[in-house]
Amino acid sequence: MKRIACLLLCLVMLLPLCACHGSRERAAFAVPERFDTSRSYEITFWAKNDTNKAQTAIYQKAIADFEALYPNITVNMRLYTDYGKIYNDVITNIATDTTPNVCVTYPDHIATYMTGADVVVPLDALFADPNFGFGGSELRFDGPEAGEMIPEFLAECRIGGVSYAVPYMRSTEACYVNKTFVEKLGYTLPETLTWDFVWEVSEAAMAKDADGNFRLNGQKVMIPFLYKSTDNMMIQMLRQRGAGYSTPAGEIEIFNDTTKELLYTIAGHAKTGAFSTFKISSYPANFLNAGQCVFAVDSTAGATWIGTDAPLLDISADKLVRFETAVLPIPQFDPAQPVMISQGPSLCVFNKDDPQVVLASWLFTQYLLTNDVQIAYAETEGYAPVTAKAQQSAEYQDYLSRAGEDNREHYAVKIAATKLLLENTGNTFTTPVFNGSTSLRDAAGQMIEDVTKSVRRRQTVDEAYMDKLFSSVKSLYRLDQISAAGAGAPAELGPLPKTSVLLLSALGAAWVLIGAFAAVGAAGKKKKR
Amino acid sequence: MKKVLALFLALAMIFALAACGKAAAPAATEAPAAEAPAAEEASGVMSYADYVAADLDSYVTIEAYVQAKQSWWDNKATIYLADADGAYLLYDANCSEEDYARLVPGQKLGVQGYKSEWSGEVEIVDASFEILAGDSYVAAPLDITAMLGTDELASHMNQAISVSDAVVADKGDGAAFFYNWDNSGEDGNSDLYFDIEVNGGVYTFVVRRYLTAPGSEVYEAVKNLKVGDKVDIEGFLYWYEGPQPHITAIVVK
Repeated sequence: MKRIACLLLCLVMLLPLCACHGSRERAAFAVPERFDTSRSYEITFWAKNDTNKAQTAIYQKAIADFEALYPNITVNMRLYTDYGKIYNDVITNIATDTTPNVCVTYPDHIATYMTGADVVVPLDALFADPNFGFGGSELRFDGPEAGEMIPEFLAECRIGGVSYAVPYMRSTEACYVNKTFVEKLGYTLPETLTWDFVWEVSEAAMAKDADGNFRLNGQKVMIPFLYKSTDNMMIQMLRQRGAGYSTPAGEIEIFNDTTKELLYTIAGHAKTGAFSTFKISSYPANFLNAGQCVFAVDSTAGATWIGTDAPLLDISADKLVRFETAVLPIPQFDPAQPVMISQGPSLCVFNKDDPQVVLASWLFTQYLLTNDVQIAYAETEGYAPVTAKAQQSAEYQDYLSRAGEDNREHYAVKIAATKLLLENTGNTFTTPVFNGSTSLRDAAGQMIEDVTKSVRRRQTVDEAYMDKLFSSVKSLYRLDQISAAGAGAPAELGPLPKTSVLLLSALGAAWVLIGAFAAVGAAGKKKKR
Repeated sequence: MKKVLALFLALAMIFALAACGKAAAPAATEAPAAEAPAAEEASGVMSYADYVAADLDSYVTIEAYVQAKQSWWDNKATIYLADADGAYLLYDANCSEEDYARLVPGQKLGVQGYKSEWSGEVEIVDASFEILAGDSYVAAPLDITAMLGTDELASHMNQAISVSDAVVADKGDGAAFFYNWDNSGEDGNSDLYFDIEVNGGVYTFVVRRYLTAPGSEVYEAVKNLKVGDKVDIEGFLYWYEGPQPHITAIVVK
């Protein structure tokens, strides 16, 4: 009886070991040998558009064309206009195992998604699969070969040496300049802007007449230099200066003397009113188009909103002024070696129990890299296609050559912005991706926003202010809690839960008792002997 | 002894089961709370006239009444406020989800923050507030029908407003409304934009999904509008590069 009880007890003891794998684990994805077309699949695609109906229409057409090729796959699209909302929704849905199948994303976000095991499908095996990979023999469409993916863009989707996404579109930032104003102030635009030039011209633009109107535009409003994404502004300035931001492993380096020096410079020009930001004032394009701005930095993917003849406008016609728009790389510290950020949406595939569903998702993802989709979507804004196949196609080259023929499809500013990226792909960079890199990016921009707001509010920006700023931003974005364990590493887990402490204590106590029981038994035997 | 051992093992089993719950998903990003204005900056409560006269980026202290709650996210709330003399938009004020749930129209708030302007919309940002005991006030909508297209309209920014006998205009391709400003959105996750014609001018009004969500009476009513419908409208006078009221009610006549 005792032996049976002992056996049962041992079996029961094994149960917790089986249970302690956390929540239901999903097997890692393995590429199926064949795609089972006898079954029907329904996949969800969370897409992002730039509140641009042409982009919505391209997604819809891509889905219809894909479904015609694969009648057994239905794609349900959900549209977003904000990457942050997609990010938050994905995270919420990881917990309930209801992630989409395919999702527009940024690698920074994927690093967080990957804190759940086997949530995002590693794509290298799919890339290389002879049947369903790039240029695969079983594909029903003419997708890019592996060698036709732009290597810089593909490399941006690798986290810890593994590809977790494919690039979908790429853009960078451009400085859109009211050239008419620059020349009116007596300056000549250089081929590549420097920060010194932009600051100098911006301060010159602040001169007012006796009535309090700005001499340059005769209006009460003038913000000569406006930056849309202050995250990018700080990141690019640091990169250009060769200063620390983070290591590839996730060590935070941003709180350094160069950052402080840059913030002092920015604060100085914000104090005179020569500089402001999107978050504080509004879209740079609105001020530029109203003749209230000289230098507007925004994404090349926002080019259709820029300029006197822009096809998209947010200000009323009576506020629009005529001027010549120049599209230049962002300001540089060393114009001989321009450096700019690479950005733009990528696509990731979420793992599911059924490998056939994942394969269907991958097929749709890859379809979005075909020339039909790439060229059509890139032409909606100042985006660059992510494949050489699309970039070098006769259709796309013809599009680029027709800049200025009209103010819609061939809008000159939009095509100039695209060319800026195409000509500078080798000068682009991205920041290291790790769990927490999204927070670091937010913090980088927040420091610029904070100093700008502070000087506008007549607060003193000095060493004490900077120390407090560094400390509060570090704390608010939890940058002091990011582990430097490497890309995709889980964040600091904190203290053990009470239940775990109790479990470990009870197990320890049980072993002590077992030991004591054995010792007492042995002693008893000795006595008997 | 064996009983004690069995008891410990049983306890260990229970804790093991408790510990092996579903692994937590990564937390959604929370925006850090903006730093509250320094206490020494606080001054006396301003009248609406004082507030209007205050410079942009200056520190303001007001008392006003909740008119409508627009949104809450990551401990930030956006709220329409008013007093008997005018109205305010409290944008992204520090607010816990619990406090937001406690807010009801008419409730009096004490607010401290910075006066700011974004695309023409004058608002209070980086603010904190407290719920004050006392009286209650909900402003009657101001009829702005005759003011549309005039400079006078801006002086009523953020107020509860009404427009009567407006005619729904063609937004494009015969549509009475768009999902998002250019029809790039879709039902359920988009604001609704529609144009009305009044006194020979055409003006854009918006159903802001954060203020009046899909499924609300006004959201569904606008989806059923037809070009040429004559309507009465109520809402709040939001501003984006010009008047762009956020509507809360619409009646087809």
